[in-house]
Amino acid sequence: MRVIIIGAGQVGESIASDLDRSHEVVVVERDSNRVEDLTYSLDVLAIQGDGTSLSVLREAGIDEADMLIATTDNDETNIVACATAKAISDAFTVARVKNTEHLRTWQHSGDAFGIDFMVCTNLLAAEAIVRIIGLPAARDVDPFAEGRVQMAEFEVSADSPVADQTVREADRFDSLTFAAILRNGEVVIPRGESVISAGDRVVVIGSPESVQGFSDALVPADSLGSPDEVVIVGGSEVSYHVARLLEERGLRPRLIEYDADRARRLAEQLPGTIVMESDATNAEFLEREHVGDADVVVSALGSDEKNLLVSLLATRLGAARTVAVIDTPAYVELFEAVGVDVGLNPREVVAEEITRFTHEGGAENVALIESDKAEVLEIEVDRDSILVGQPIREVMTELPSGVVIGAITRQDEFVTPRGDTVIEPGDHVVVFVAIEVLDDVGPKL
Amino acid sequence: MRLRVDYRASLSLVGTVLKYLVVPLTLPVVVALYYGESVAPFLVTMLVTAAVGVWLERLEPEPDLRAREGFLMVGVTWLAVALVGAIPYLVEAHGIPFLLGPLSPASTLANPVNALFESMSGFSTTGSTVLGDISFETHTRAIMMWRQLTQWLGGMGIVVLAVAILPELSVGGAQLMDAEAPGPGIEKLTPRIAETARVLWGAYLGFTVLEILLLYGLHRGGMAPQMDFYNAVAHGLTTMPTGGFSPEARSIEAFSAAAQWVIIPFMAVAGTNFALIWHVLADDPRTLVEDREFRAYLGVVAVLTTIIAGLLFSGNGFVTPEAATGGQTYDAAYVVDTAGGIVGSAEPSIRAALFQVLAIVTTTGYASLDFNAWSAPTKYLLLFAMFIGGSAGSTGGGIKIVRWYVILKSVRRELFTTSHPEAVRPVRLGGRALDERAVRGIYAFTLLYLVIFAVATILLGLDAVRVGLDVTALELLSASATTIGNVGPGFGFLGPMGGFGEFSNASKLLMVGLMWIGRLEILPVLVLLTPEYWRR
Repeated sequence: MRVIIIGAGQVGESIASDLDRSHEVVVVERDSNRVEDLTYSLDVLAIQGDGTSLSVLREAGIDEADMLIATTDNDETNIVACATAKAISDAFTVARVKNTEHLRTWQHSGDAFGIDFMVCTNLLAAEAIVRIIGLPAARDVDPFAEGRVQMAEFEVSADSPVADQTVREADRFDSLTFAAILRNGEVVIPRGESVISAGDRVVVIGSPESVQGFSDALVPADSLGSPDEVVIVGGSEVSYHVARLLEERGLRPRLIEYDADRARRLAEQLPGTIVMESDATNAEFLEREHVGDADVVVSALGSDEKNLLVSLLATRLGAARTVAVIDTPAYVELFEAVGVDVGLNPREVVAEEITRFTHEGGAENVALIESDKAEVLEIEVDRDSILVGQPIREVMTELPSGVVIGAITRQDEFVTPRGDTVIEPGDHVVVFVAIEVLDDVGPKL
Repeated sequence: MRLRVDYRASLSLVGTVLKYLVVPLTLPVVVALYYGESVAPFLVTMLVTAAVGVWLERLEPEPDLRAREGFLMVGVTWLAVALVGAIPYLVEAHGIPFLLGPLSPASTLANPVNALFESMSGFSTTGSTVLGDISFETHTRAIMMWRQLTQWLGGMGIVVLAVAILPELSVGGAQLMDAEAPGPGIEKLTPRIAETARVLWGAYLGFTVLEILLLYGLHRGGMAPQMDFYNAVAHGLTTMPTGGFSPEARSIEAFSAAAQWVIIPFMAVAGTNFALIWHVLADDPRTLVEDREFRAYLGVVAVLTTIIAGLLFSGNGFVTPEAATGGQTYDAAYVVDTAGGIVGSAEPSIRAALFQVLAIVTTTGYASLDFNAWSAPTKYLLLFAMFIGGSAGSTGGGIKIVRWYVILKSVRRELFTTSHPEAVRPVRLGGRALDERAVRGIYAFTLLYLVIFAVATILLGLDAVRVGLDVTALELLSASATTIGNVGPGFGFLGPMGGFGEFSNASKLLMVGLMWIGRLEILPVLVLLTPEYWRR
């Protein structure tokens, strides 16, 4: 497949690097230095030019392109690039926007601006945060099969009940599959006798109830409980959507914003949120408003450093969990190491979302594990799939290690995959695939 | 001193409105001709009105209306129509000098102040009366019809009507309607303001006609013997404007229970924002149910009705026989008789309570019984209800439900921000966050309203002492509350079966002023009294 990516920022580069081995990728970028960088670092064709220009798109080979992904930092540029591409070719167009108004317009008509698929950075990031908030111990949660299946990543602490148990011992949760253990940045495919030790991260796939149950079991009893108290620091677009989504779940989050006008605007737009106008790094204020009692503190200020500071302050005051929006991908791990419970990079979330469209084999949905160590795919299986017609125990022998069948939904019902389960055509299968075997396994599924 | 206000433009438009007042004056002429009564009062009025109107109109051939001129035009228009509207009463009482003797026996309306009071009470849809004797023996049917008609013209607003039909008001019409329409701000239903005005008047006319047909249908069906065609029209003309004038001395008590039940929903509609009614008829009925003010309105009516119905049903709602025999303003026989028909019976209790609560809350001011027979707490509930008022954009007077709603919400906000100083909490009306300026405006209006009410009560009290009029505190309070709120009846001798005739001329002129500023919601009138308004 020939894919044209407009914009070689973080998102563009991330998608390009994910696709460059399996697809023909052309990247259009205005900054000549970035063009030069990409030419050498990735196996892609990088062109210097304006993605909204007809001649540049022609040069990039829009006529033979199957897909165009517009992912610059400018909404209007992305929209115009897609509209231009649509006007002169049949390419599937994907646009990334920040402004949810554009998303709403697009959702309203389905193909406004000549865009086939639109992703909204702020909204996706907010949805990711809200999913994480929903599961106290989870570092990352992704829904599959219209929410009937969840994939979640948990950190196992020393006092966790599953610490130092084998997977077989730990596997006492109904309809839950251990897909992987992440240890020191390596992906370990769990066997029955694999031991889960403190400090590991486990990736589980199962029904939302079972994932929640596992989450409850993992977290020590004293910090247990649904997140009633959520404090959102900073009045960014991401914050707005987080508050809005939490309101939809019946929570009354608190939101702290420094700028008076912005605070007033947010207060008008968010009837169920208590908006506070204050400096969130003011410790006295945080104490007076009992931010320390919060179950989750989400910091989404404009700067990574301030988000780190707020998260640390909140932890110091006693907040149970902190989630920080982190703009610089390199900081994510660092911040998590020094005390932020979950760091989230919005562009990474967008890259994941866009990647699902570029996968062969009809993947309905995809999540990236540890940025790019593994993928969790949702596949609607047809008759040609290797998975169909025999018990999973036998299927697994024909597949390389690094593949785990996590969950199956059949006619909207959840089916727990066990050794003797037989997958039927039309089933949706959520499967964990380590990145090394992805190219090999993908077409067979 | 050079004035900053182009008063010629304002007065010219007042002239135009006066000129067109000749058209509605044809209705009493028709009535007079039908009943064989004199048409002189109306022909004289038509001549005077047209002459004054044309003369004023000539002041400025091409009036250019801006915000300031708009206030002046609205304020003066209401004063002018009230003055002109008094002419038929005076002519009827005095006749035309050298030409015709008095057309009816000298009535209370022979006093020009009384005539002006009655006229202002009509146009402002207050419904307070100085008529000592309401009957066709003392007043012709035509003059009574004029009295009813003034309320109908005043209800949706003469200026709104003018905006609807006068093309020269299409620019600046929103300003004018804003100055006149009850409640904070107006809602443009259509892009063109004249179209909005027409829509409002259309709905108003439609409900009036419907009520007349229903009432008369009831009469033809034998369920409302007193409700003949004249009465049906008379009450149709005074329900929808929440006016309250009735050609019957005993107001709605003169009519059957069925007729009262028909009038109840029309009072309820009259107290509802007409923009909501338009939404129900035009596109989305849910707008009505989701409107916060409408819900609050229903809630207030339901709560007050339940309490009063309970009091009436249990017998606690009426004055005790001892008080009834001792007090001067209570007719003991009436109290015993009325209570006898209501205590212990569900339907009459609910009907009496609902009717009276709606009549007061919407400021219609009808009475289905003499609530002077009610006990003190029940009466105080009604006095309290006079301050609630109808909905914004209705024909009702008073402070208006939406203002109370906003005040209650902002008080709640204050309580919250006391313990959380950093909290930012806009006051919400439904899904919409209100601008802080609007909230301040509502506070200012309500405070001003209450201050004027208090000052007027004191002035009326002082004047009563001056002329030696024996009034109780409740009577004084109700006199001032009922006129500024455009409600109508008060308590004691001002009760629904009584009148305002006993006050001195000075007190009556003060109340004329109260009705005037009450109808225009204070600010458009008060602003005319400030030097800053006039100065360059």
